[in-house]
Amino acid sequence: MSELLTVQDVTMHFGGVHALTDVSFEVQDGEFLCLIGPNGAGKTTMLKAIVGAIRPQKARIQLAGREISGLPTHRRIHLGLALTHQIVRPFRSMTLKDNVALAVGHRRIRRVWTALGGLDRNKERAEALKLLEMVDIHTYADQAVTGQPLGVLKRLEVARALALQPRLLLLDEPLAGLNHVEAAHLADTIVRINREGLTIVMIEHNLGEVLRVGHRLVVLDNGRKIAEGLPRDVMQRPNVRAAYVGKEANDAAA
Amino acid sequence: MGIYELSLATVVGINIILAVGLNLITGFCGQISLGHAAFYGIGAYTAALMAKAGMPGPVNLVAAMVMAGAVGVLVGMTSLRVREDFLAITTMGVGFLFLGIVRQQESLLGGELGISSIPSFGLGKMGFFVLSLVLVVLAVAFSLYIKRSWMGFAFEAVADDEDTARVISVDVPAYKLAAFALGTALAGLAGGLYCYFARFIVPDDFGFITSISVLSMVAVGGIGSVFGVIVGTALLTLIPEFFRFISDYKLLVYGALLFGVMRFAPDGLAGLTALAFKRLQRKGGAV
Repeated sequence: MSELLTVQDVTMHFGGVHALTDVSFEVQDGEFLCLIGPNGAGKTTMLKAIVGAIRPQKARIQLAGREISGLPTHRRIHLGLALTHQIVRPFRSMTLKDNVALAVGHRRIRRVWTALGGLDRNKERAEALKLLEMVDIHTYADQAVTGQPLGVLKRLEVARALALQPRLLLLDEPLAGLNHVEAAHLADTIVRINREGLTIVMIEHNLGEVLRVGHRLVVLDNGRKIAEGLPRDVMQRPNVRAAYVGKEANDAAA
Repeated sequence: MGIYELSLATVVGINIILAVGLNLITGFCGQISLGHAAFYGIGAYTAALMAKAGMPGPVNLVAAMVMAGAVGVLVGMTSLRVREDFLAITTMGVGFLFLGIVRQQESLLGGELGISSIPSFGLGKMGFFVLSLVLVVLAVAFSLYIKRSWMGFAFEAVADDEDTARVISVDVPAYKLAAFALGTALAGLAGGLYCYFARFIVPDDFGFITSISVLSMVAVGGIGSVFGVIVGTALLTLIPEFFRFISDYKLLVYGALLFGVMRFAPDGLAGLTALAFKRLQRKGGAV
């Protein structure tokens, strides 16, 4: 396996807050990597730095050997990244289907003036419907986004990201806000997509799902990487347990 | 049609081109502009100067569009970093900057006295009206086309949520610049037509009041709706003509309208019509 994504020494400070300090890790081609850690560990910041939604003070980020840390977000997406937001950000003026259809047509809007060339949206809308079906929300396809429950909007984020046909999918807590059945089903869908060859980095709090689906874990705490490795090994480590269950619980166990 | 009705219809046409241009920037792409009149003025002054230099009318109209569009791109570039309220203030500043320059520049632009005795376009009143009408139809058709195109789809995304647009690969700055370029070019065309219509232009024709008037036309009609904007523009151009007293309190009336629309019917007449239509349908369905 070769490295698809290399993140080196990412450091991001917001004023006095050290969101990330010298974080490095790699993602192998075809891998399902889970990024875990307590609240405020810097996981979301990390994904935002990878797509360029925020600019770290220091970072080297390579996608398939190409340095991307200087590129604007839309260029990084064109190179094969896709991100779902933890806090949903749909286009509220559009239907669910059009939210996805625009992403399906990402090549048509790549250049402003060629985007003026086409009118037909039917092919992209048909493709969008398939993607909505994949995450079980196709019955809402023609409805407005406004007023939809969180569970639907979380899955819309996933469908829209998949529509970009990425090489690397970054998922920021896609299962949060779904009920057990929905979460298990979406997790299965994500696993299937990964088996079909898509590399995935996922932030997730549901440790049960993390242990079930993740090939490898990277653990962040207070903006630093504290562990990395196979899920079961990593979860045994004292420093990871301390970060998760709190220091006292760990001391009591020892 | 008498001379009066003819010139009134021509003014409505010019204002529609102006408003459709602003609708492209503010309605389609979501970028507020309080300085649209500056580009209208740039078009008017460009065409006037060229006409006085003896250049033919059609060339001058094209030059008015190109000039306004080019300055529009420049202003757009400086505005890329600012959003919403700050963009409103920046564009307002551009409007005042334009006024400041034309008022001070006396040798070329005529200062406060403006430019007078602009040569005729050479078509007569009726011919000029027909030309304006053709250009209105073209501008409206172009605008409708953009709205339905993938460019319009991407504009919609930028207007809705810039950050999300970026994450699905939209080159946000490029689309904003395109909206500015096209919208201000249309303002330039309207300005070129206006200079031939009035044949006498002064800085005040292109001041803040004009910017607010155009914005009111767009907002009353329904931000983003091409047909709404046409209706809004026709209403707001004609009402002050028929009720002269409104004309005296134009800014007050437009200001109140703008406030009222934003507060009570943010989708303007287009939104209200859609709502009424839905209610009628529901009633029809119940019977």
